[in-house]
Amino acid sequence: MSVLDGISRSLPLMLEGLKITLSLAALAVVFALAVGLVVAWMRMSRFAALRWLAQGYLALIRGTPLVAQLFVIYYGLVTVVDISSFWSAVIGLTVHTGAYMAEIFRSGVQSVPKGQTESARSVGMSRTQALRIVVAPQAFRSILPSLGNQFIIAVKDTAVASFITVPDLFMQAQKLAAATYEPLTYYLISAVYYLAVVMLLTALLRRLERRHTRYAI
Amino acid sequence: MPHPDTAPQDTAPQDVPPLVRMRDIRKSFGAHTVLDGVDLDIGTGEVVVLIGASGAGKSTLLRCVNGLERIDSGEIVIDGRELRYDEKSLNLMRRRVGMVFQHFNLWPHKSVLDNVTTAPVKVAGRDPRQVRDVALELLDQVGLKRFADRYPMSLSGGQQQRVAIARALAMRPKVMLFDEPTSALDPELVGEVLAVMRDLADSGMTMVAVTHEMRFARSVADRVVLMADGKIAEQGPPTAVLDNPRSERGRAFLRQVESV
Ligand SMILES: Nc1ncnc2c1ncn2[C@@H]1O[C@H](COP(=O)(O)OP(=O)(O)OP(=O)(O)O)[C@@H](O)[C@H]1O
Ligand SMILES: [Mg+2]
Repeated sequence: MSVLDGISRSLPLMLEGLKITLSLAALAVVFALAVGLVVAWMRMSRFAALRWLAQGYLALIRGTPLVAQLFVIYYGLVTVVDISSFWSAVIGLTVHTGAYMAEIFRSGVQSVPKGQTESARSVGMSRTQALRIVVAPQAFRSILPSLGNQFIIAVKDTAVASFITVPDLFMQAQKLAAATYEPLTYYLISAVYYLAVVMLLTALLRRLERRHTRYAI
Repeated sequence: MPHPDTAPQDTAPQDVPPLVRMRDIRKSFGAHTVLDGVDLDIGTGEVVVLIGASGAGKSTLLRCVNGLERIDSGEIVIDGRELRYDEKSLNLMRRRVGMVFQHFNLWPHKSVLDNVTTAPVKVAGRDPRQVRDVALELLDQVGLKRFADRYPMSLSGGQQQRVAIARALAMRPKVMLFDEPTSALDPELVGEVLAVMRDLADSGMTMVAVTHEMRFARSVADRVVLMADGKIAEQGPPTAVLDNPRSERGRAFLRQVESV
């Protein structure tokens, strides 16, 4: 059977999987942005306890495999609450991606020269105002590329959700592979879907970057 | 009576309290003592030029006045109020103390006009339309009204520094601090910034400026203060300090300045 046949025959299942993959990625990214902001703020806090807490979280997430984190959350959560595998995956991906977002936010804030905060404070801005009015907009511009990169990684990372039975794109490929004994065909097809999504996202992000990274002259 | 070398001369009359009063200011970074007991009064309307070798503590002293650095001990009184370090008092005090930095520190993501209007609107809560008019007037005074809609990165260093001066003035400060405002500029751009500072001095603004521009010090300063090793080594009218330094420190510094 040709690959073209495979593409058309698998289309309905793959599209269903794609929908779930995209939902997982979108939810995880949005929540991770929030987690990242909070953790970055804790990481740079004046209070040592908050810094340690944030550092512990970052060390744990960056030091263990994503799939292990997902399993721990999935099997851990189901023992205490009734939660679907989909939402377990969203939580797992959020916790994972949030750590990387936090580091991106922190690097963004640190990329803004100290003189910017000083001139903001020197005209009477509070710490928060200096951050909001002067530092954050500049930090945002400088982190757009890494933020976009992290979005792309998050899309591909959703594939681990199939390990906890979420019927995402990769799970559909696994099912088709098993049913047809043609693993290569269907894994290749799923790869094409991921590639298409990532290329589309890359193009969108590039447009956003072009609009924001350069200072108007 | 203070030590004769440090006795203020040519300052405001004795019965008028100084606008800025510093007493026995001490400040260390770790084991390194940077300010070692500085007493300095700045009278209302007075223009004081601070000079001294690199590392003498000039920047640190200015930064202590507006609370960017915290003193270890001593007393700073600005406009009758003692400097305190809680957020609220600091922010209120800073509205009355303008600061101009060596590297301008304009906000690159905001237009020239927004650089000037942001603090009066967001910090002082003044009416945006009124602030806009005042800001355009200030930009006019520094010769940059037609650049109001440009972004800082598109201006020359001299122009950026003039915007920075307008930004500080927009808060209607009682005193303006300048930390080497022309040191980062190409030589041909120094004059335009000094001219703005001269106008400001003529308008009666109280100013403390760290600068190596000796001609400016001679023609604009009411008083020159020479710092060495975290102390005031000598102070007085520009001619006295710059032509006939009494202290060994003063003579050494001026030899160095003149040799470049
Ligand atoms: N944040 C800081 N941490 C540690 N040391 C500092 C800090 N700021 C200043 N110093 C040190 O304090 C001393 C005085 O510095 P300061 O910048 O006040 O000198 P200055 O008179 O302004 O010199 P310059 O003419 O080079 O600007 C220097 O030795 C400097 O290294
Ligand atoms: Mg200095």
